[in-house]
Amino acid sequence: MTVPKRIGKIRFGLISPQEFRKMSVVKVITADTYDDDGFPIEMGLMDPRLGVIDPGLRCRTCGGRPGECPGHFGHIDLVAPVIHVGFAKLIRKVLRAVCRECSKLMLSDLEKKEFLRQIRTLEELGQPTEDVVNKVFAEARKHKVCPYCGAPQGEIKFERPLSYIEDGHKLTPSDIRDRFERISDEDIMVMGMNPETARPEWTILTVLPVPPVTMRPSITLESGQRSEDDLTHKLVDIIRINQRFQENREAGAPQLIIEDLWELLQYHVTTFLDNTVSGVPPARHRSGRPLKTLSQRLKGKEGRFRGSLSGKRVNFSARTVISPDPNLSINEVGVPLEVAKELTVPIMVNPRNIEVVRKYVMRGPDNHPGVNYVTRSDGRRVKITERNCQEVAQQLEFGWKVDRQLADGDIVLFNRQPSLHRMSIMAHRVKVMPYKTFRLNPAVCPPYNADFDGDEMNLHVPQTEEARAEAEILMRVQENILSPRFGGPIIGGIHDYVTGSFLLTHKERRLDREKLMEVIKKLDITDIPEPAGYDENGDPYWTGKQIFSLILPKDLNLTFKADFCSNCPVCKGEDCENDAYVVIRDGVLLRGTIDAEAVGAFKGKVTDRIIKEYDPGVASQFLDRMTLLALRGIMLAGFSFGISDEDVPKEAAEQIHDVTRSAKESVQKLIEAYRAGELEPLPGRTLEETLEMRIMQTLGKARDSAGQIAGRYLGLDNSGVVMAVSGARGSMLNLTQMAACVGQQSVRGERIKRGYTDRTLPHFKRGDLGAEAHGFVESSYKKGLSPTEFFFHAIGGREGLVDTAIRTSQSGYLQRRLVNALQDLEVNYDGTVRETRGMIVQFKYGEDGVDPSRRDYASPDNVHRIIRKVLAGENA
Amino acid sequence: MKRFAVQDHELVPEHILLTPEEAQQVLEQYGVEARYLPKIHVTDPVAEEIGAKVGDIIKIKRKSPTAKESIFYRLVID
Repeated sequence: MTVPKRIGKIRFGLISPQEFRKMSVVKVITADTYDDDGFPIEMGLMDPRLGVIDPGLRCRTCGGRPGECPGHFGHIDLVAPVIHVGFAKLIRKVLRAVCRECSKLMLSDLEKKEFLRQIRTLEELGQPTEDVVNKVFAEARKHKVCPYCGAPQGEIKFERPLSYIEDGHKLTPSDIRDRFERISDEDIMVMGMNPETARPEWTILTVLPVPPVTMRPSITLESGQRSEDDLTHKLVDIIRINQRFQENREAGAPQLIIEDLWELLQYHVTTFLDNTVSGVPPARHRSGRPLKTLSQRLKGKEGRFRGSLSGKRVNFSARTVISPDPNLSINEVGVPLEVAKELTVPIMVNPRNIEVVRKYVMRGPDNHPGVNYVTRSDGRRVKITERNCQEVAQQLEFGWKVDRQLADGDIVLFNRQPSLHRMSIMAHRVKVMPYKTFRLNPAVCPPYNADFDGDEMNLHVPQTEEARAEAEILMRVQENILSPRFGGPIIGGIHDYVTGSFLLTHKERRLDREKLMEVIKKLDITDIPEPAGYDENGDPYWTGKQIFSLILPKDLNLTFKADFCSNCPVCKGEDCENDAYVVIRDGVLLRGTIDAEAVGAFKGKVTDRIIKEYDPGVASQFLDRMTLLALRGIMLAGFSFGISDEDVPKEAAEQIHDVTRSAKESVQKLIEAYRAGELEPLPGRTLEETLEMRIMQTLGKARDSAGQIAGRYLGLDNSGVVMAVSGARGSMLNLTQMAACVGQQSVRGERIKRGYTDRTLPHFKRGDLGAEAHGFVESSYKKGLSPTEFFFHAIGGREGLVDTAIRTSQSGYLQRRLVNALQDLEVNYDGTVRETRGMIVQFKYGEDGVDPSRRDYASPDNVHRIIRKVLAGENA
Repeated sequence: MKRFAVQDHELVPEHILLTPEEAQQVLEQYGVEARYLPKIHVTDPVAEEIGAKVGDIIKIKRKSPTAKESIFYRLVID
């Protein structure tokens, strides 16, 4: 067993050849891996001292079994030094900065001292020294003659990827290494390096480390053939060339051949380190696939850092399609039985729970909620089967760990990618259900940005008491109703919930006893209020507002304008004839209609008031009841939208036609005025721009007035209008486009101009500036578009699609960069924001130290409310 | 060339050079050494204008849309 160690410090530097040899357990000299009997060859690439991968064998260096032995490095002595690609740029900089004769850094002693001082202070402050170091190199490079020995300096040309040319001669790695070896420690420090941990000559390799076999295991195929790792293949190449190089040199081969071999060795070492260097053809497998070498293992999304360390696959998780279930609480998640049987929660057996746990164990694995595994005190794991469950249940002892299947009430984390804000992962309570999808209340769709067109979500089961407690206190859905983004509720009614509340509470909807029962039967409400009145038969009736009041806390006071308030010039307040002024007093909805402004996601004034006045528990209960009530409300009224809802009466259609026709005529007049030179240009615009703007304006107005005409004939008896007006879905603009007129199509905010010479389509005359020729769609979607209109509509629509595609990718990358930069910042108890080293970033969080979700976001209304509350308190 | 004061511009917040006592007080308030503060170069136009030296601490009063005024401190470095 290796002893766990605590990391105190990390230092980055270069490894010296001596250190490479010191940590090496074997000098690899032969390119062969296994002999004919399948045993690893000594001093080969699979030498048993490099670590073990075959089960049953022990490591010759540390004696560990596979899994215990971390593997050990070997080394290859390179016949001639080669450049390490990763340092090509650094080598270039150093070469240009030091004298070719005496290897001194070409700066005066005074300059060196000053630069060194600057580097030291920056290091002390913990700031990057890069700028100063770059200045050192830039200054030193300027010297044409060495200030120390007076040797004239030739210009060093760098040719990608790895050649340095001085006065027309290529410098060999040996030459470079010789120069670097002579650089003094003082000069190295001025160049921003630490001579003890990183000498420049160590960027040129004379010894190559051979990675342990554990990081390049060979795979045995079904045919019994061994397939080696890419790294091993590369190492074989290096050793072969190294050997050939040595043989040739010893045999006194001509300089040309030696140089070729040296180049080849350089190529193999380069591709071993990085197989994507530009200018170097990537080394390929026999099949033509480029080899995955060292740097490819680290880089990129699937690389070691982003793919294996920052993020990895986890146990105790599940993923499936989501679907809606309004009967669930917002705090719950419906989990398929099959998933619940697979996921487990560990329970430690103790005197208090042993009898309960025993009952679980006795149920076996197939009888949900049962037990899948039991771990005894000595660490032995027993799989529970139908056969052994009774026996194991009897043996149960304190200290055993039992993996109980997921059951109702367990707390789990629920997540939908992309996880852009903290509400993308929230804790829910499990509700085991039949069928194969995760179920959630549609009211929690907004924080996840989920819909049910095939979205999948992930579920994670916390495995410790601490994790469960944390999830429950910090991550529960009800704790996240208020968004820290804008301080309002992000969870609330959407679509049918809003429509339902609207239909139930708008004006005075009367319900008789039977309908009242129908509406509240799913709610946990037992007391019904006094009837609002009696009808002509003497039967009692209740109003929708009364019913909605049942789910409000008893002492809630609130007034606000509903979403469908038409913003009249003078607000009539409580006497609003549209019923758009909401008054809630002592938990009773007196006036106004409950719509998106009251209970909707992102708006939700009522939800917001409840959560701030009471607590998240009350708010979540309110939302649960609201969901049930609203759905009953919409079912009671009946709600559908069809093609006939887009119908407008004949006279309306005629009026719309008149509007569009007169708009087109006035466009024609504008064009004539322009042609006659009578058009007055707007300030700062050319004549053409003025014309375009005037035309756009005219056509825009035409569409709006067409919409108004349609709107006049479509009232609240139209379900499309109900949805638009209540804020449930869509807008009046959408309805206008469907029923009256689609309007001008645009690309980059202008009328459509592209196409053929001087015209958009061959259907028009050259130079036609008219409305139809530049993308004005007079028809409605209901009526249908003409071929040219359809084409222009497709142009406009495509721009929208391209924009969304670009926006998502750009904002995704921006998010990644921001998160990487800010992830370790922390707000301290004194209100300062500091990073991990303790450096202060902000002296007060957000300049004001305010948490948006803890502050009141509903404006001056608060003052009135507080006054009323105080007065009410005094009177009582 | 006409010389002008950088601080007269409305977009440049007010910079105040702290006395050693005031500086000590700030450091104690936040319980940090000077090197943990944000930095400003001596060559920064405002720093030059108020005659700051390396090691001094500058107090900056910024206008803030949420907090009206926010106070910031910077350590002068070279």
